[in-house]
Amino acid sequence: MVIKMFGYVPRNSPIHRLTGASKLIMTLALSVATMITFDTRFLVFAIIVSLVLFRISKLRLKELKGPLIFILVFLFINNIVIFLFAPEQGVFIYGSRHELFHLSTRYSIIAEQLFYQLNVTLKYFAIVPVALIFFLTTEPSEFASSLNAIRINYKAAYAVSLSLRYIPDVQRAYREISQAQQARGVDISKKAPLRRRLAGVLTILFPLVFSSMDKIEQISNAMELRGFGRLGKRTWYSARRFMKGDYIIIGLSGLAVLISLLTFLVNGGRFYNPF
Amino acid sequence: MNEPIIEFKNFTFQYRAQKKPTLVDINLRIFKGEKILIAGPSGSGKSTLSSCLNGLIPFNNPGKIEGELLISGKKPDSVFGLSKIIGTVLQDTDGQFVGLSSGEDIAFLLENLAMPQEEMKERVLNAAGLVGALDYLKHSPQRLSGGQKQRVSMAGVLVDEAPILLFDEPLAALDPLTGKLATALIDDIQKKTGATIIIIEHRLEDVLYRHIDRVILFDNGRIISDSSPDEITVSNQLAAIGIRRPLYINALSKAGVNKSPKDKPGQLETLNLTEEDKAKVRNWVASSPLAPRDDVMREAYPLLQIKNLGFTYPETGLKALENINFSLANGEMTAIVGANGAGKSTLAKLIVGFEKEESGEIFYRGESMEGLTIPERAERIGYVMQNPNQMICKPLIFDEIALGLRVRGIPEPEIKDRVEAVLKVCGLERFIKWPISALSYGQKKRVTIADALVLEPQILILDEPTAGQDYRHYTDIMEFLTSLNRRGVTVLLITHDMHLCLEYAKRALVFGAGQLLLDSPTDEILSDPELALKASLRETSLYELARLCGISDAKTLVRAYLDNKTNL
Repeated sequence: MVIKMFGYVPRNSPIHRLTGASKLIMTLALSVATMITFDTRFLVFAIIVSLVLFRISKLRLKELKGPLIFILVFLFINNIVIFLFAPEQGVFIYGSRHELFHLSTRYSIIAEQLFYQLNVTLKYFAIVPVALIFFLTTEPSEFASSLNAIRINYKAAYAVSLSLRYIPDVQRAYREISQAQQARGVDISKKAPLRRRLAGVLTILFPLVFSSMDKIEQISNAMELRGFGRLGKRTWYSARRFMKGDYIIIGLSGLAVLISLLTFLVNGGRFYNPF
Repeated sequence: MNEPIIEFKNFTFQYRAQKKPTLVDINLRIFKGEKILIAGPSGSGKSTLSSCLNGLIPFNNPGKIEGELLISGKKPDSVFGLSKIIGTVLQDTDGQFVGLSSGEDIAFLLENLAMPQEEMKERVLNAAGLVGALDYLKHSPQRLSGGQKQRVSMAGVLVDEAPILLFDEPLAALDPLTGKLATALIDDIQKKTGATIIIIEHRLEDVLYRHIDRVILFDNGRIISDSSPDEITVSNQLAAIGIRRPLYINALSKAGVNKSPKDKPGQLETLNLTEEDKAKVRNWVASSPLAPRDDVMREAYPLLQIKNLGFTYPETGLKALENINFSLANGEMTAIVGANGAGKSTLAKLIVGFEKEESGEIFYRGESMEGLTIPERAERIGYVMQNPNQMICKPLIFDEIALGLRVRGIPEPEIKDRVEAVLKVCGLERFIKWPISALSYGQKKRVTIADALVLEPQILILDEPTAGQDYRHYTDIMEFLTSLNRRGVTVLLITHDMHLCLEYAKRALVFGAGQLLLDSPTDEILSDPELALKASLRETSLYELARLCGISDAKTLVRAYLDNKTNL
């Protein structure tokens, strides 16, 4: 039985064929590039690039439904909070104030504020697809070797990829345990009052933690018996050589950072001011 | 003879948390190229010995050592140093796969040695070829069958060409048929590589199916015997420490035939049976009264009825069960058998309501169970998972068993009465105030059975109740279930264990690829090689013994054996 979860989606696309390391570098570079600037033109350009990449990766929208909804909700809350706590941030940044509606003594809808928040939103849309592409097109084992390739300690890199690998196992164990507890009458459905539901979840977590601890000890013994951690470095069976595509993508990523830095010169700062 | 490759000299080991040493004054020499079986009941110290060999003791699990252990003439220096000399194949293959593909998993050891990729790929191919795993190098190890998993995990150790191979209970997770193949595979590996082989296992007969040089018997942390299979199979020592003797030896002694080591009883193939012996067996079988069958009641008064049941996994679209029909009468003790993935567990999940059937219906006492919730079904049918650690959720025994009643809002005085009554039935009344953590695995198993019984169900479904248990604990659990069965609880056992089927279940439902292949008395299945194959079981050695003695219907010998059941 396979439980569907957010993780690697095997498919044959040019993006899948890239090595994990170059995809990681691309993700980091594009994140930096879109992080540092608020230039709307650049952000729109970055969104187009990441959508094109998404298209090339042959991923389907429904495969990212879960994380996408999560991020959209987060983005929405983020926007509300910015408005509530810093309603005049845009005025401060752009140095002018075009009021569209008056709401109360503290809050107004201001064109500069809207523009600022639009830019924040655009940043999300530029980075999120690229990060998702990296996660979904990189095999868990390559994930570790790509972290290792950017000089992260291989033990730490392996720990990350192993925990990703074991998420489905833990989910399965959770499901089995919760079924067994339901059979005894523990109610964790929405029908039960919150306090009883919490108590019910505890009766599942107790055995889950204990059975997982057993597993962790087992796997760490098994790994050590096979020499894991013996040397300061290790090689990777599934590592692939850099191909033309990898060099191209790393070159383009560098270019993106460069353009992003150029916007600083053009705009004389992080912000592009149309007002 | 040459120098020993492993030598224990007056070796004693005590875990830090224990009051007494687990291994006491061990003296053992193992020579290059030998094939050794180390047997003993749970807690006898055989697993501790294996940890001493691969270095998990004392390097990861420290304690007090007296005496000396020399491996290749040297004192062990670290787990890593030892891993060059001793390759360990651990018991639970599922818990140790780290690679995404079988090939990557096999390569794990070489990756950690920072071997260049080219050389690594070549070595992986060699090791996979040795165990016959070439066909699934690209597959995810999690998706392989039990036997294939075992091959991959063996290749993952062979890849470094260690001169000693240590197998820690290699048969524990395998069905009987796969276990037989695994035994043969270990034998082949030794012939091809010339490695020294140490097998730790309590399933004696299954290991002795291929040649073994010496059997070392452990009990209470000491070596109590170091002898050949021919000597050990006919000695009384096995029974004394709770290790099962081979079935054919038991059957022979019931028939009054007692063999000595010079008749080569270590394997049935080599055993020297005289005409007189054979005649004794035939007479014994002929004079055994056959117990009457009682399968008439089932159709007339079914307790549980399964009609046209079908199920498809929504995630994968795989058909897990198709058109299943059978019924269960009150008071039956029936086994559900079949290979992994045959649909056995899915059936149990549908019955207790964890999954919803796609087609068909399940009737309890003639009424459809559709619309009953999981807790409502639990009051009719109790379900006990394989791993008790996945069920137990309270630190105290009383609270653990009372949980099911408390959430149902039953008044506390009644809860007390019912829990105490169940504890008595389960032989746990002494432990009423104990914390769960102080119990043994077998006792925890009883607690989880008590969890189900406290709701007073008519039917109890148990998933692999005896998995990983030695003969003594196996007998404990099964005798307990038999006593429940005599009290009127209908018992449905999901199992791989042939002995369990043979000795305790009268009827077996054989599942294969989502279908009910066979519904038949167990003695018929286990005395017919073709039927046994379908069930992923194998015919017992009693079948072969019957053939050797010229008994045409092997079933009669099996029944004679069961009817004369005394614990040997």
